[in-house]
Amino acid sequence: MLLKELSELNGVSSREEAVRSYLRGRIQDKVESIYTDHLGNLLAVQGSKKPGPKIMLSAHMDEVGLMVVGIDSSGLLKIKPLGGIDERVLLAKRVVIGEQRIPGVIGAKPIHLQEKEEREKPVKLSALFVDIGARDQKEAEEMVQIGDVAAFDVKAEEFGDRLFKGKALDNRVGCAILLHLLEKEYAFPLYYAFTVQEEVGLRGATVAAYGINPDLALVFEGTSAGDLPTAKKHQQSTRLGRGPAITFMDRTVIVNQALLDRLVETANEAQIPFQWREATTGGTEAGAINLTRTGIIAGTLSVPCRYIHSPVSVLSLDDFENTVKLADAFLKSIERKGLPA
Amino acid sequence: MNLETLLTELSNAAGISGREDRAAQIITDLFTQGEGVQWITDFSRDRLGNIILRKQGQGPHPPRLMLAAHLDEIGLIVSEIDQGFLRFSTVGGIDQRVLLGQEVIVHGRENLPGIIGAKPPHLQEPEEKNKAVKLQDLMIDLGLPEEKVRALVQIGDPVTFRRDCCALKNGLYTGKAMDDRAGVVAMVDCLRRLKDLHHQAEVAAVVTVQEELGVRGAFVSSYGLNPDLGIALDVTHGEMPGLTEYEAFKLGKGPVIVTGPQVHPQIFKTLKEAAEAANIKYQVEAEVTPRGTDAYALQIARAGVATGLVSIPLRYMHTAVETVSLKDLTETSRLLAEFIMRIDRAFVEGLKCY
Repeated sequence: MLLKELSELNGVSSREEAVRSYLRGRIQDKVESIYTDHLGNLLAVQGSKKPGPKIMLSAHMDEVGLMVVGIDSSGLLKIKPLGGIDERVLLAKRVVIGEQRIPGVIGAKPIHLQEKEEREKPVKLSALFVDIGARDQKEAEEMVQIGDVAAFDVKAEEFGDRLFKGKALDNRVGCAILLHLLEKEYAFPLYYAFTVQEEVGLRGATVAAYGINPDLALVFEGTSAGDLPTAKKHQQSTRLGRGPAITFMDRTVIVNQALLDRLVETANEAQIPFQWREATTGGTEAGAINLTRTGIIAGTLSVPCRYIHSPVSVLSLDDFENTVKLADAFLKSIERKGLPA
Repeated sequence: MNLETLLTELSNAAGISGREDRAAQIITDLFTQGEGVQWITDFSRDRLGNIILRKQGQGPHPPRLMLAAHLDEIGLIVSEIDQGFLRFSTVGGIDQRVLLGQEVIVHGRENLPGIIGAKPPHLQEPEEKNKAVKLQDLMIDLGLPEEKVRALVQIGDPVTFRRDCCALKNGLYTGKAMDDRAGVVAMVDCLRRLKDLHHQAEVAAVVTVQEELGVRGAFVSSYGLNPDLGIALDVTHGEMPGLTEYEAFKLGKGPVIVTGPQVHPQIFKTLKEAAEAANIKYQVEAEVTPRGTDAYALQIARAGVATGLVSIPLRYMHTAVETVSLKDLTETSRLLAEFIMRIDRAFVEGLKCY
């Protein structure tokens, strides 16, 4: 299963090679041309000679993870997060390090030797480490180097009722959507951007959009869903099972009204459920693309995911399929009606 | 019997305190249908579920030695169903901070995978990050609509961490229930060693239940067996940053022989002598409280039992990444066998002479 394969690949920001080579293998025979740029974005083109507007579809390949920043004398690895990770989710998790996928655990102090007050405070990042079982620094250095990255060790699988769980669904689900769209034919030039380093500041999309210079860009994401009884309504943002989430505004962009209108009109015509992403916090590549060159119209369609940026996230397979449908219907609307204006 | 396989199977098996049946089945199979049949002369279970594996002694008046290693693991138990999500209590001592973002199995009508979800940074209030999560704010997500959850799960269903055992470097193994399945494996391996040895003492190896809730299995099994002496086999803290040298022990450097109020001085001394004679590296721990292991119950069974305590160093106790060294398990089993060979009627008579 596509989502499972994508979720289980490791591609922590700036170390996306495993994801990139997997995607390249899947698409190289299906596109007109394929290339990579200086940052490592994987870019694929279909129908470059076709008339009509140039559309960019973007999904980032990278996931949040950890970087090894030191090895102490006892052979434990000191770590820092790459991307936004709440340090509190790290305790007592298993990770794999580097291309060799060396297993390690993030240790936690036993409850027996804690003071009661300790349990009320989060463990600071400076006190966290990864234990790979090395005897000492020298042995650890033979297996792991400073700068290696660690990803959560989590199996992806179908979960509950039409849901799917795994690590890195933000944003392997976006990559999966692009792969589905790539199977279809459209009457205008399409540029697929599988980007790097989104989680450390939208860096891949910034240069990809400059290079492609599209007339319009649509970004596909996994976005946070807080639909739990413990969350207040205003903290929920999106809810699983209610369709793709459309962003009207976030920290990085206020989306062009004509683009929003077209997305809503398309969803209504095709009877595809959708929801608004209610939170205006966070950001996506649409923000970076929007400010490229003299400005590019860009919007984001997201699949709601619970628990993103933690070791295990959950999405609805129906939302995933409906996001593909809405994107497809939107692209077809451009064939019929041209760009939203 | 492959120790690594047994450790893996036991660590992966579900068995929170009071609900040890699945883990118990592995031991039962080994000693009623498997290789273990030849290592013992009697197999039984008592009313609380303790598994008692007995092997006769050789002499005319064999003293009775009870070994105890507990089968139960810490875990969670479902206490409420709220809009299809599960609220829970802890079974045994668990730091609620290690639960965030953890995968679990809810043992309802079926084994249901679940997630103790963590709120993404994007949806948090700024000050949230500086506080540890509270147990009452954690829930298990089964990904199922409420009516399905109610059909499959009931209050009181046990929940275990979902974490397969995995090998790290240098013969270390990490899993969810090394406390005290590691002790159980060492005890089972000791029975294997005893097969070819002529020992005076009758050995009653007890795989105990409900240790984490107050050494309850050990209370009733030690009463039932009324042993002359006893050894509890448990785990102790492995070294890690944040712990001092005297409260944590090195993995791979051998069993930890414990001294303290719960330990009979003669047994402590004999364990050390047995280790030294057999070239078994060991470490010594001074424990000021008698609580916390089956030795607590053993020592005060009936009119009192001379008790010893041998521990296996374990890092990250009571978390989903408990880590032990396989070598420490085999050395612990060797130490036990060497100790057992030293026990005879005269030794036991001497234990009351203070």
